[in-house]
Amino acid sequence: MNPIYKDARYTEVPYEEKLKLFDAVKSDMRYPHELHGCYECGICVAACPSARFFDFSPRVFAQTMAREDVHSFYELLNDNVWDCSQCFSCTCCPRQNNPGGIITIMREVAVNDGLQSAKDALQAYSRIIYKVMSTGTQVSPDMLQPDFFPDWGPDVRDVSLNLDVWRRAIPPETMHTVELAWDVSEKTRLELYMIWKLTGNLEMIENVDEGLYMILEEVMEELLEEHGYDIDDFDNILED
Amino acid sequence: MTQGDAEPIRLPMAELQVAKAADRQFQLPKEPPTEDYRKLLFELEAAGEIEVLRVPEPFVEVDTKFGRKKKVPLENTWHHKSCGQCGHIPGYSTSIFWLNREFGFNYHDPREQTSCTAWNYYASSTSNPAAQAAVACRNFAQAKLDGYFPLIHCGTSYGHYKEVRAQLLHHPELRNQVRKILARLNLPFVFPEEIVHYSEWVHVMREKIAERQVRDFSSITVTVHPACHYHKLVVEDAIYDADLYDGQRTAIVSGVVTALGAKVADYSTWHDCCGFGFRHILVSRDFSRSFATIRKIERMKEEADPDVTLTHDTGCVTTLDKSQFSTQAHNRNVGIPVMSDAQFAALSMGAHPYLVCQLHWHGVDMKPLLEQMGIDHEKAWKEFEEVADKLEKSPESYLTWEEV
Repeated sequence: MNPIYKDARYTEVPYEEKLKLFDAVKSDMRYPHELHGCYECGICVAACPSARFFDFSPRVFAQTMAREDVHSFYELLNDNVWDCSQCFSCTCCPRQNNPGGIITIMREVAVNDGLQSAKDALQAYSRIIYKVMSTGTQVSPDMLQPDFFPDWGPDVRDVSLNLDVWRRAIPPETMHTVELAWDVSEKTRLELYMIWKLTGNLEMIENVDEGLYMILEEVMEELLEEHGYDIDDFDNILED
Repeated sequence: MTQGDAEPIRLPMAELQVAKAADRQFQLPKEPPTEDYRKLLFELEAAGEIEVLRVPEPFVEVDTKFGRKKKVPLENTWHHKSCGQCGHIPGYSTSIFWLNREFGFNYHDPREQTSCTAWNYYASSTSNPAAQAAVACRNFAQAKLDGYFPLIHCGTSYGHYKEVRAQLLHHPELRNQVRKILARLNLPFVFPEEIVHYSEWVHVMREKIAERQVRDFSSITVTVHPACHYHKLVVEDAIYDADLYDGQRTAIVSGVVTALGAKVADYSTWHDCCGFGFRHILVSRDFSRSFATIRKIERMKEEADPDVTLTHDTGCVTTLDKSQFSTQAHNRNVGIPVMSDAQFAALSMGAHPYLVCQLHWHGVDMKPLLEQMGIDHEKAWKEFEEVADKLEKSPESYLTWEEV
């Protein structure tokens, strides 16, 4: 099947490849809750922050999926899907569509398939994935470095220079941490690692960043072994 | 009869008295258009599938979007902390704890808690529904084992857990997967009767907070930014009040501002997102900065000229606050202090601006606002520096609750 637009992109990608990914989105258990048809009213676009600064439209996602336009879907999957802010302002849809929810599923499909566009979008983001998967907290005080947040002003430098003392100058006992947002117990991190293994999350990471996957596997293996577990004893239960 | 002699045609509509928008009264639908998640939860419990964690007494009942009642517990709460709050704006979480302590409420600040991991989920999608639901239910199981009820600090955790709840309620295969995972972890499969956000606790406590107010806020003008993941991601559960915005916008944050005698000023982009974007705020901040300043801060400045902007979520405080520094270089009309409702409420009750509210972690200059609140910020900062000096000389020591 040929694309319907003259300026179609990704014409070299076989239709079957695009259809496989399109079907992966449509068969997701969440999909029937996210799309119910589209009036093309554009209310979602008016509410969308990304639409104001990117060539991005939640309406186009809803329309493309509703029309089952596989070629345009593949373009969106590669060129637009990572622009979404995931704020879900688009849920103001009078047909109860959730374009942001469709995009969440599309991103997962892009990651699972290891699309180069997904790798590119997440390249600078790896350290954040490492932090949340290995510690259970997504951002930490030691991330506040002037070279990472030069646009946030001099207070970032002040925090960075005084980090150890300023963290100890916070009353809650759980928050005297520098590398974690709060003190997560070892038992809890162990349980988190088991969840990642049992749900195939490490395999998802491997699809987009093999180096990060290897580091995470090593960190988790070490803690699991310390507690008498074998990392290979946690097969992905979703494949049952 | 010529055309000029014809009687004017009177359509029935011309007789209708149409009220001006300002005179209209919003009425709730007779039946909520959404399903009652509690009914579904209790049905699953009756079928032996899950255990429902009940809201402990004492609790306060409040109206939600479609007129259902929601129970908000006052104490015996398990504080599900926010990574962005604890990591980058620690006065946010500290103020929530401080308020609980001031009221003598029993609470638990657990180490056996992970983040909901939803910031990563919405940013990178390197996860899936089974993992997300298992992370949520592991935290809830731990809250049950600890004997407390979850109080969620983060707006994204709150919204995401509502999303997880809907998925669990509608998909038996997902429940089976989560059940298997929890069994491997030796944890019970429990889900709370209500998903409760800390700002809902602040809302139901607003009159009690006002009774303990020691600082006059009557000269302070506030703009409110409601968090998208609080009232848009899953619209159910969010608090609405017929007396605030005619029941058509969430009452959250605006309620406590009004109770404390400050003025809530409206602006045209109230419904807009802050520009956080999850992935964008960390690795594509040009978008976040542009949206936060052009669509939110500048609109507030031009239309309301507030003394402070209050919000009730991690990412919103960070984005609205930190985006303002570099945009000054472009001569943008910025410069509004940003903090959470919890910090604002704590300040009203006499909390220390630096030892409790930790305002030195924020970007925009707070000094004029603190002066307006009657706070001697120079003295307060000296007190903080004395504490910091003491801690620097004693590497094993920490600031304690007793000292603040």
